[in-house]
Amino acid sequence: MGAPTVGSASHGSHNPALLHHFVDEEQQRDAANLGMWIFLATEVMFFGGLFCAYLIYRGWYFPDFAAASRSIDALLGGTNTAVLICSSLTVVLAIYAAQTSRRVMLIAMLVLTMLFGCVFLGIKAKEYRDKFVEHHVPGASFNFDHEQIPGSSPVRYANPRHAEIFFALYFIMTGLHALHMIIGLGIFTWLLWMAWKGRFTPEYHTPLEIGGLYWHFVDIVWIYLFPLLYLIDRH
Amino acid sequence: MSEHSKSSPLPTYFMVWGALLVGTFLTYEAAKVDLGVFNAAVALTIATAKALLVALFFMHLKGASEKLLKLVVISTVFFLFILLALSMADYGTRLRP
Amino acid sequence: MSMATATTQPVERENYLNKHYGVGSWLFTTDHKRIALLYLASITFFFFIGGFFALLIRLELLTPAGDLVQADTYNKLFTQHGMVMVFFFLIPSIPAVLGNFLVPMMVGAKDLAFPRINLLSWYLYIIGGILMLHCMLTGGVDTGWTFYTPFSTAFTNTKIVEAGLAIFVAGFSSILTGLNFVVTIHRMRAPGMTWSRLPLFIWAHYATSIIQILGTPVLAITIVLVAVERTLHLGIFDPKLGGDPLLFQHLFWFYSHPAVYIMILPSMGVVTEIIACFSRKRIFGYSFVALSSIAIAVFGFLVWAHHMFVAGISVYAALVFSILSYAVAVPSAVKVFNWTATLYKGSIHYDAPMLYAFGFLGLFTIGGLTGLFLAALGINVHVTDTYFVVAHFHYIMVGGAVMGYLGGMHFWWPKISGKLYPEGWARLAALIVFIGFNLTFFPQFILGYVGMPRRYYQYPPEFQVLNVLSTAGATILGVGYLLPMIYFLWSMRYGKPAPDNPWNAAGLEWKTASPPPTFNFDKEPVVTWEAYNYEELDAPHKEEVPVAG
Repeated sequence: MGAPTVGSASHGSHNPALLHHFVDEEQQRDAANLGMWIFLATEVMFFGGLFCAYLIYRGWYFPDFAAASRSIDALLGGTNTAVLICSSLTVVLAIYAAQTSRRVMLIAMLVLTMLFGCVFLGIKAKEYRDKFVEHHVPGASFNFDHEQIPGSSPVRYANPRHAEIFFALYFIMTGLHALHMIIGLGIFTWLLWMAWKGRFTPEYHTPLEIGGLYWHFVDIVWIYLFPLLYLIDRH
Repeated sequence: MSEHSKSSPLPTYFMVWGALLVGTFLTYEAAKVDLGVFNAAVALTIATAKALLVALFFMHLKGASEKLLKLVVISTVFFLFILLALSMADYGTRLRP
Repeated sequence: MSMATATTQPVERENYLNKHYGVGSWLFTTDHKRIALLYLASITFFFFIGGFFALLIRLELLTPAGDLVQADTYNKLFTQHGMVMVFFFLIPSIPAVLGNFLVPMMVGAKDLAFPRINLLSWYLYIIGGILMLHCMLTGGVDTGWTFYTPFSTAFTNTKIVEAGLAIFVAGFSSILTGLNFVVTIHRMRAPGMTWSRLPLFIWAHYATSIIQILGTPVLAITIVLVAVERTLHLGIFDPKLGGDPLLFQHLFWFYSHPAVYIMILPSMGVVTEIIACFSRKRIFGYSFVALSSIAIAVFGFLVWAHHMFVAGISVYAALVFSILSYAVAVPSAVKVFNWTATLYKGSIHYDAPMLYAFGFLGLFTIGGLTGLFLAALGINVHVTDTYFVVAHFHYIMVGGAVMGYLGGMHFWWPKISGKLYPEGWARLAALIVFIGFNLTFFPQFILGYVGMPRRYYQYPPEFQVLNVLSTAGATILGVGYLLPMIYFLWSMRYGKPAPDNPWNAAGLEWKTASPPPTFNFDKEPVVTWEAYNYEELDAPHKEEVPVAG
């Protein structure tokens, strides 16, 4: 009475990673997959509030936002976009490696993914440092006087208060994104450890799949951040 | 759970990767051209196309046997759209002094 | 052995309560039923805290002068009453207690999809709760539970960031619970348990979970923005620096309006189960009730700015949100009609759960109708920020949600505890709650209509009679709430042992022992019958409905 009698007759006949409240491994895998997708839905809404704020103020203060956007480095931003795209490729290649029992490739792809992530963060750090040096960080030392509104003739200057809102959103949105990136690196460290220990097989590599989903989501957020923040008015 | 086709997925992955990089380049170059109000539309369209590529191919939405995951994505995007659109119903119709 | 029978053996069967003993077996459990009880204890604690603030508010309002507390203190009282009641009592209440306990059993599973995440949900709730307690004990907050900007970001000296952090953490508890329910309902239904055989309690919790998943993150980011603005003095919401205070309100209400549906939908699910059982009838219009739950969840996201009609949104936006607010009432009305049709020609039994369900029907209808009054722009201008609004939402949240919660606690108490509560006392308590509730809150409709503003600690003397009535009602209501706490605890020691199915109710949870074994069912159920098969259950020559195929 009270002992589990459903499903597995003997414990030796299935993967030790199967949790007992599930009927079988397929149910467990499907549950994990759906669970991660739903978690990503919450993340979309989490970032979504910031996109809403951005949308409204961009509409209100377009010229000031354009001027502020010009002062961040679009080449670095574009490079970072490419870096993340490459990292998404290495993620799917890692999963492919697990599916086809290619241990060396699996480890290599996971390491590469994390390397790309570190490059991304390194470039972001450089960007933040540049902004700090130029006094574009919102707060007491913020200064955006005498910055020309692009394409204005006669020359008009951006309202520093409105530009400060742009930078506030810039730092909050990219900062939150970077935080998710760091968490992603943590997750992939754990995945790398599991891969090193040989825990992944063609039949079982669910943590790779759901970790990969998270990483791709972080990539997608950046795909939107790049044009919205860096490319407001570049002509 | 996505079904794995018998043929290798590798060519697809590399093609998607290439398309994503091309899209990034296009976004960057298009921003330098003056398209007026359409600059934003172009940038967001390319971004959405890239996001779709990642979701469908890298996140295996395309191969998913059930409609459920696609429903999750569509619902989420729908409610995000509601947040943005109905907020604009206020901001877009306020009379400026 | 298919259906367990109630025996009088002195040896207690092994169940989820007696399987393991010790504090560790509770604090590190992954059993959804134990987690439900952990939540039960926690939310009851916070109910007392929120109730304590309400008591002080009503004491202050006995007299027109502000003579019990200072104005700033009063601001903290109503703020903290709201924050605690909303975030630490109502939002978790039914889903975290009854939902956690019943969802796996009702779908025929051994546990939720992610039992460890379920435990994490509880810990997040506790951490948020401790943060909130600490915040209140070291100064509190005074902005109203709605913490509007720029007062909350630029002017108040109270502990906004800490309160925000507490709510942020508790919000993740809510999100994870919703996530767990959705995955469980999709992936872990027993063989034969199709969507149209699910109890409507499950449909209600599914809809609630959608709101928790999609809405709460927006509140989370809003709190982040407030915290950042407050600490770094940015201008996102501050008009002096180019920001818009209404942006805060849009983002805040985008969550907080759907949040009220998080609070009421589970209660509607409970009421559906109770009405079917105590009318001995299948719910009238099953598909309509199921789909109306989903419709409420979806429509609930479209109406948030009806909290902002006088805040400065454009007239056109106000029109749009007003019309949408009328639309959202339709699925709720559909439910009320279906419940009524279920009662018609039913064989009605007036047990305590049913008394609460009847209370719900009437009080929710009044609350809902007054919501429609508020959705009319002309009336809204007159009664917004008055006691009319206060009465409206208390009719829904207390007259609706809490009545449903109490009804559900009584209905499933035998299953949860294995004991029967004393029926006589329970009916008396239900009556006291009903009388106390109406005496507390009906005068507030009148007060609001004749102009008493909310959140004021003093008022013109001509309002005193109604305020005294309200406070008297609150005292009676308090007694009504205390009684179940006392006799539920009493029943755990001295109550009669409960049979597996004391109500002869439909639903998989009644086909297993009271209290259930740790893994819920001895054998995985195979469902071959429709939901609410009361005709079969009441058939004269009681054919045993098979549990396992």
